[in-house]
Amino acid sequence: MSWWPLWLACGLVTFAIRYSFIALEGHYKPPAWFIRALPFVPIAALTAITAPELLLVAGRLQVTDNPRLLAGIVAIAVAARWKNTLATIASGFAALWLLRAFS
Amino acid sequence: MTRSQAFLLGVRALLPMHLGVAPFGVIYGVVALSAGIPPLAALLMSSIVFAGSAQFLLAQLVGAGAPALLSVGAVGLINLRHALYSASVAPLLAHLPRRWKLLLAYLLTDEAYAAAIPHLLENPKSPVAHWILFGAGFALWAGWQLATLAGVLAGSLLPSDLGLDFALPLTFIAIVVPLIGSRARLFAALVAAAAAVMLAGLPYKTGLFAAALAGLAAGALSGEKR
Repeated sequence: MSWWPLWLACGLVTFAIRYSFIALEGHYKPPAWFIRALPFVPIAALTAITAPELLLVAGRLQVTDNPRLLAGIVAIAVAARWKNTLATIASGFAALWLLRAFS
Repeated sequence: MTRSQAFLLGVRALLPMHLGVAPFGVIYGVVALSAGIPPLAALLMSSIVFAGSAQFLLAQLVGAGAPALLSVGAVGLINLRHALYSASVAPLLAHLPRRWKLLLAYLLTDEAYAAAIPHLLENPKSPVAHWILFGAGFALWAGWQLATLAGVLAGSLLPSDLGLDFALPLTFIAIVVPLIGSRARLFAALVAAAAAVMLAGLPYKTGLFAAALAGLAAGALSGEKR
C-alpha cells in the first residue's frame, strides 16, 4: 500500500487549518466579538491543554493522591512569583520526583 | 533586535519543551512501527503532517485499518485548535510576503505558538518579530524530526519512565501564569480548565477545542478592554 496520498491529505488538512486566518488577514474584517476574544487565545488554549494533564489520572478526575496535580500547583506558585520558565519547570519536576519518592 | 537575536530568542524559548517533546517523538516512532508503518513512511509523516498528537492518532487508525477519509477527518478535528493560533498571530504576520506566511503556518504548533507568543506580544511592532516565531517553530521541527528518527531506530531501548512528558504542561504553566494579569484572563483560564476536564472524554481531542472556545467566550464576555 502507498502511504503518500493519506499522509499528503492529512498534511494538507493540518496546514490549511494553520494557514486559515493567516491567509484571510487583510481580506476580510472579522466581527468585533472575534477580535475581542483573540487576546484570550494563549490563555484559553494552553490552559485547556494543561488542566487535564494535572487533574486527570487515567482519564478520571483525581484531586487527592495525585502527584502531578500537587507538582503543578507548586509550579503555578513559582511561575506566579518569579515568572521564570526554568525555575517553574525545575520546581515542578523536583516536586513530582519528591512526591513520588515519598509516597 | 536583529534577525538572529529574534531567531535565537524563539529557539531558546522553545528549548525546555524538548524535554517533553523528545520522549513523545521517540514513542511516536515506536507506535508507528508497531502499527505496521514502514520506517521511512513513519519518518515522512513527521515532516509532512508535523503534528504530534495527530500523528499518534493517524498511526493508530492506519494500524486498525480505518478508512482513509475517516483518518483525514480525525486529523482535522484534532488539529482544529491550531486555527485559534492562526487567528491569534495573523495580525502580527499581515505585512509579510506569502512565502513567510506559508512557512510560519506550516510550523504553527502548540509548542511553537506557546514559546513565541509572550515575546510576540511584547514586540508586536518589531520588524523582526516573525523571526521569533520562526526560531521557535524551527527548533521544535528539528527536535521532532530527530526524536522520531531516534524512536524509529532505537525506540525499543527506551529508558524507564521518568515522567519527562510532564515537561510540556510545566512549560505551558510557565508561559500562561505570567500572562494572567486581570480578572477576565483568570476567569478565561478557569473556565477553559474546567471545560477541558469535563470534556476530556470527547473523541479526537475535540474537548480541547471546545474548552478553548469556552475560555475565549468567558474572557470576551467578561468585558476586558484591550
